[in-house]
Amino acid sequence: MPIFIDRRLNPKDRSLGNRQRFLRRAREELKRSIRDRVRSGRISDADGEQAVSIPTRSTDEPRFEAAKDSGRREHVLPGNKHFVPGDRLRKPGHGAAGTPDPSMKDSEDDFRFVLSREEVLDLFFEDLELPDMVKLSLKEILAFRPRRAGFAATGSPTNINVGRTMRNSYGRRIALKRPKREEVDAIRQEIAELESGSQSPVARQRIAALQAEVERLERKRRLIAYVDPVDIRFNRFEAQPIPNAKAVMFCLMDVSGSMGEREKDLAKRFFVLLHLFLKCRYDRTEIVFISHTHEAQEVNEETFFYSTQSGGTVVSTALEKMHRIIAERYPGSEWNIYAAQASDGDNAAADSHRCITLLDEEIMRLCQYYAYVEIIDERERHIFGTTENGTSLWRAYSSVNANWPNFQMTRIADAADIYPVFRQLFTRQATAEKLRVRR
Amino acid sequence: MNATSRKPGLLFSGPDWDFGTLSQAFDVIERVAIEELNLDIHPVQMEIISSEQMLDAYSSIGMPLMYRHWSFGKHFLYQEQLYRKGGRGLAYEIVINSNPCIVYLMEENTMALQALVTAHAALGHNHFFKNNYLFKEWTDAGTILSYLDFAKNYIARCEERHGLAAVEAILDPAHALMEQGVFRYRRPPKLSSEKQRQGLRERLEYEERSYNDLWRTLPPSKSGSQVEGSESKTAERRKSLNLPEENLLYFLEKNSLILEPWQREILRIVRVIAQYFYPQRQTQVMNEGCATFVHYTVMNALFDRGLINEGAMLEILRNHCNVTFQPAFDDPRYTGINPYALGLDLMQDIRRISTEPTEEDRDWFPDIAGKCDWRATLLNAWANHRDESFIRQYLSPTLIRKWRLFLLSDTASEPHYEVASIHNERGYEKIRSALAHSYDIGASRSDIQVVDVDLLGDRHLRLEHKVADGVLLEDGSCGATLRHIRRLWGYKVSLVGVDADTGAKIYERLSD
Repeated sequence: MPIFIDRRLNPKDRSLGNRQRFLRRAREELKRSIRDRVRSGRISDADGEQAVSIPTRSTDEPRFEAAKDSGRREHVLPGNKHFVPGDRLRKPGHGAAGTPDPSMKDSEDDFRFVLSREEVLDLFFEDLELPDMVKLSLKEILAFRPRRAGFAATGSPTNINVGRTMRNSYGRRIALKRPKREEVDAIRQEIAELESGSQSPVARQRIAALQAEVERLERKRRLIAYVDPVDIRFNRFEAQPIPNAKAVMFCLMDVSGSMGEREKDLAKRFFVLLHLFLKCRYDRTEIVFISHTHEAQEVNEETFFYSTQSGGTVVSTALEKMHRIIAERYPGSEWNIYAAQASDGDNAAADSHRCITLLDEEIMRLCQYYAYVEIIDERERHIFGTTENGTSLWRAYSSVNANWPNFQMTRIADAADIYPVFRQLFTRQATAEKLRVRR
Repeated sequence: MNATSRKPGLLFSGPDWDFGTLSQAFDVIERVAIEELNLDIHPVQMEIISSEQMLDAYSSIGMPLMYRHWSFGKHFLYQEQLYRKGGRGLAYEIVINSNPCIVYLMEENTMALQALVTAHAALGHNHFFKNNYLFKEWTDAGTILSYLDFAKNYIARCEERHGLAAVEAILDPAHALMEQGVFRYRRPPKLSSEKQRQGLRERLEYEERSYNDLWRTLPPSKSGSQVEGSESKTAERRKSLNLPEENLLYFLEKNSLILEPWQREILRIVRVIAQYFYPQRQTQVMNEGCATFVHYTVMNALFDRGLINEGAMLEILRNHCNVTFQPAFDDPRYTGINPYALGLDLMQDIRRISTEPTEEDRDWFPDIAGKCDWRATLLNAWANHRDESFIRQYLSPTLIRKWRLFLLSDTASEPHYEVASIHNERGYEKIRSALAHSYDIGASRSDIQVVDVDLLGDRHLRLEHKVADGVLLEDGSCGATLRHIRRLWGYKVSLVGVDADTGAKIYERLSD
């Protein structure tokens, strides 16, 4: 006779603690993965569903394992059909399919996490050392449009939903057995008929009973209202942000030799942030990459971030290119145009003046917003951090900055700078203040 | 036999079970099993759990009590994902080598399945655990549960006192070395009882409190002469440390200079658990084969005696066939040799050889062919073999033909596998020997040992990997594992690969 124990009522999730420990570890891994993805992936991928494979560095469990690509082994397999000793079978790694792989086994390597957009943003911004603030600013919306969103038990009389209200009242009347008007009328009719007929004692008794009944029903009808406040439903409206239809983001970058790995990485992070920001506000966002040395080209993202060229630097070529592209493809009436320029500030002295002219006379009128980010060496940070002095481009742009409220410029030296700078560039308060000062 | 024939009628009917029926079924199954097969079992404790709890149990390597660690959580999520996607069903049971033997039954099972599981786990596995020499010698069924309870609480207390990260920093490397954390040739010391452990711990804590650093500064005694040759010095040093040592965890636990007492205790816990599972890994085919053979025999006996009806028997057979299904090597479902199928076939073959041998069997198995006492032969095999020796002894030509086994030789540098032997006269011996060899855990696991360390010098820990058949270690995981060892050792660690036959040095790695 065995002992029986019913464990079904024991608490479940005994392994919850283990899972929490694992997720804590996995989170570190995910963060690293997001960071790598931003660095190596495409800007438009920085957003959206991400699948991350587990295990990776911090969640794998190494042990001494025999290498598959060394040594001599023997495998015994079942189900020989036509082999004879001496036959040769091609290995799976070497072309032909359908041959056995004796070492094939399930692995936990293809175990994947899928992150939602929110989770990705969380991790992304956590890496920039800025938790929740960012979402506030990203979700800042300019206008709202009321949108039907179900029903509510409270609201203003103008929003009463009659159909829904009546349906509720009908249900309640049935449930509480509110006498119907027809019922009462039928009894009244009967009373009237009886009264018009012979007044026998039986009939009188019957009339009295019926009258009592009528009275009871009437009282019940008064008690159970036809429409009670609890029945009333209001149309509920939710404020829905009005997305501006379309936005295009121009990324302008100097790709001459002076822009190294670090500079491009910082620029990329800035562009990713900008892209996320635009994507939150607009239905459709497009990105145009313009890279320039002494001449400008529209390029794909790959080339933009990964190719290095040499040659002089003429910033105005990029501005001209941008101007031309706007004219060809992005009419100002349909598109919100944003531009972000990243540069180490190096430019031919004579060209800076040309830039000012271009910006002042053409581009700034078309642009919603123009942000200039100068990427400086960390050692220069304390030198340039406060002063208005700087490279020729910086000085030139300073004069544009003075003329246009929708122009912003700033300097960054490392990844942690990006977010504060981004906020400084894109929060509405900053722009508003600037406008006020200008007036 | 009279006992069961006295009670006419079925053990159960319909799919529903209740505790009364379960208990009654167990009693009958136990009696039938003992009558039919002379089984000898630990007392049984049956626990009914839900499918969620089954998943939970999976994730702590099947033990009812386990300390907490993230890798179990990872395992849980992996299993859960497979299960939710329908990629894998849950096991019907889990059985634990303890005394009393604990058997988990899932509440979702039908009564027929519960009966099957009872015969399989509560009798088959139970008998095997109790009687197989590896389990008898190397595990303590009576103390394992109390030890796990201790381990769980101890590690939880360490987490409280030293923080999760500090405990993980010890557990991670310890897990990485689990395979190198067993004694393969000498019996591990018996687990001490709870009381002794308590005493030991108190002593350690006392030592910790009363440690005085000043003693370290005393001048060394003059007795040892300094002029001995370095050769003999090395030999002496290795002797004093009991080197070479195959059990890396044991070595680190005893000799690492940077570990604190609680960290050593954690290493010990992981080592004890690794050792506890070591026999299970060597007897997979036998253990599952034994349990499957038992349930198959017992269920048929129940049916023959009219104790279960045809419907129940059909359900049992269907499940039996699922479990013992062996696809051929070129079948997409093929994932290796199914231990249930191989074990069952080997055991049924022993029965066949004992009762109706062919001429061939008489040649191959003169000791058992036609002797008719298949029960005794099986009980003997279950008690005295592990997979490797069992297959080497009992895999018959008949079975090799039935399975159409063939042998591939695989040299990594060549683009082809070569068919070395097939199921014919010349191939039987080779196939049998190769299959047996593939179950030899000592041969399939890399042989890595501590060979030298100079504790008074640079404390450089030298490991040696005996490279058999040119099989090297996988580069990435080897580096990561060496890093883990370094974390426990605290000083330089190097691994030298040495050819097992010639002794020539093949490679050398230094932990980074």
